[in-house]
Amino acid sequence: MQIERLSTHYPVRGAFLSRRDKAVKAVDDVSLTLYEGETVGLVGESGCGKSTLGRTIIRLEQSSGGRIRFEGRDITHDPPKKLIPARMRMQMIFQDPYASLNPRMRIVDTLSEPLLVHRLVERHEIRREVDRLLALVGLPSSAGNRYPHEFSGGQRQRIGIARALSFRPKLLVCDEPVSALDVSIQAQILNLLQDLQEELTLTYLFIAHGIGAVKQISKRVAVMYLGKIVELAGTEELFRRPRHPYTQLLLNAYPPPDPAYRRKQSRVILHGDIPSPANPPAGCRFHTRCPYAQQRCRVETPHLSEKEHAVACHYPLA
Amino acid sequence: MGPYLVRRLLIAVPVFWGITVLSFLIMNMAPGNPVDMFINPNVPPEMRELRKELLGLNDPVYVQYFKWLAGVLRGELGYSFSSYAPVTELIGARIGPTLLLASSSLAVGLIIAIPIGILSAVKHNTRLDYLMTGLSFLGTSIPPFFLGLGLIYILGVELKWLPTGGMKTLGGDGGFADIAIHLIMPVLVLGMTIAGKKVRYVRASMLDVLGQDYLRTARSKGLSEWAVTNRHALRNALIPIIAVIGAEIPLLLGGSIIIEQVFQWPGIGQLTMEAILSRDYPTLMGLNLVAASVVLLTNLLIDILYAAVDPRIEFN
Repeated sequence: MQIERLSTHYPVRGAFLSRRDKAVKAVDDVSLTLYEGETVGLVGESGCGKSTLGRTIIRLEQSSGGRIRFEGRDITHDPPKKLIPARMRMQMIFQDPYASLNPRMRIVDTLSEPLLVHRLVERHEIRREVDRLLALVGLPSSAGNRYPHEFSGGQRQRIGIARALSFRPKLLVCDEPVSALDVSIQAQILNLLQDLQEELTLTYLFIAHGIGAVKQISKRVAVMYLGKIVELAGTEELFRRPRHPYTQLLLNAYPPPDPAYRRKQSRVILHGDIPSPANPPAGCRFHTRCPYAQQRCRVETPHLSEKEHAVACHYPLA
Repeated sequence: MGPYLVRRLLIAVPVFWGITVLSFLIMNMAPGNPVDMFINPNVPPEMRELRKELLGLNDPVYVQYFKWLAGVLRGELGYSFSSYAPVTELIGARIGPTLLLASSSLAVGLIIAIPIGILSAVKHNTRLDYLMTGLSFLGTSIPPFFLGLGLIYILGVELKWLPTGGMKTLGGDGGFADIAIHLIMPVLVLGMTIAGKKVRYVRASMLDVLGQDYLRTARSKGLSEWAVTNRHALRNALIPIIAVIGAEIPLLLGGSIIIEQVFQWPGIGQLTMEAILSRDYPTLMGLNLVAASVVLLTNLLIDILYAAVDPRIEFN
């Protein structure tokens, strides 16, 4: 999947008596390519537009500019009917497994509904297909006859994954799939996602604000700030040698798991709140909070460099 | 579920008993007594005393109560003080029309309220929603007796489209069509009142469910908006509505007292009014028993229904 200069703006009605209608630039001029079978992690603070980006590329939100190409075809402006085959091949895993399953439907009904609606499987073969999906995510066939409230969070997320897999998709947008789970369960789900990726050659866009999960599962990581990608690099590289000040601060904010470990460099703490995306700062969007900001940063917008370790900063860290 | 039912029914026994004690006491505290109410004022006082003595009205209240209770335990509700007819017969003849009126009103109310509530929620904060919410506010605000009298005047007296009251045409065949025509206006009035209240519940409950994550899941399965709204949202939204409907049923019996007066509907409501005015203790107590059983039974029914539709609820 290729995303070229994609933007998603939400119109906001201007204040009373004010003439201008503004737009919240949730995603602004983002380009990103997802290669088959890889996992790209997407990190950033809440409100930076990572979920919106995830939703936009599978056309749950309509983009305001740019192009989305999926399996070689431009799907940016496909009408709903035409979109269906592509949609089946790109699915989403949702954040809160407690809320995302219909409490009044048995698991077998939840899982078979999309298959029946789109006539993917004959009615008499439904049960076998549901069992296959359950087995894929490590649940017994008996789970099908139970209701969501009878499962734990981890099991429910497995059901959520099985649900997303029912269309045999190629691309999965995982919108914080583990943030609602206990750490030990997080690891299980991440392992499951990795196993499934190998088995079914899936491509993941893995959205999270927890750095740990992203580090474990991603091949490349993109860092977002106020609707823009500020850094994009291989996971190892990014974690070892962050070049954007924001990435460095973000990694710094993540406490090391070993209390005996002492950081070599002093910790720089990120101050202030994320500015409003309706009225982003001019120049580099990060300059209001950047410890290294200079005059140029306030005026000129930096662009993402086209290197393997891409960074959008006038004065990247060494 | 068996043990649960038994336990609920056992709990109902003391509640039932408490209701009878309270209503018997309150009834006896009301000024006047049956004899004063129905006997010709020219009857000499000695005769009245004799009458009171015969009816047991000179006994202390608790003796009267236990006499009544003993009768109930034998399955006898006694005889009306004013018409001397057995209370069971009086109530039996009146309960049918009331049930007919109440159930049709409830059905009409829900048939109006549920689609409007859904529509209002799906199109919330649009002009359509404001219109619907406004109408439902109007529906709850207009007093039923006023609406009833207004309809009688317009549809019955002026336009002569519908009969002004009663359940059957005098001298008519009293068949289905005849009763149906007489039903229209009272059902319309009660149904409007019910719909007005319920629209807001349906809308609120639906809005709540529409914001749930599992609806997003349903959409991601590629379902049509129709399937999402009806199969996923509505089924979950109706769970709390069941409780509200359950609470409506006893109110409906109370509300029909006035409507039955306005439309001369020969039901329990009318009988209750007559019994109160003539201090007809046995009939009143019989009616209290009926009302209490309706309340207790609907509550039980609602709880069972609740567990049936919501897999998260279990009997215990």
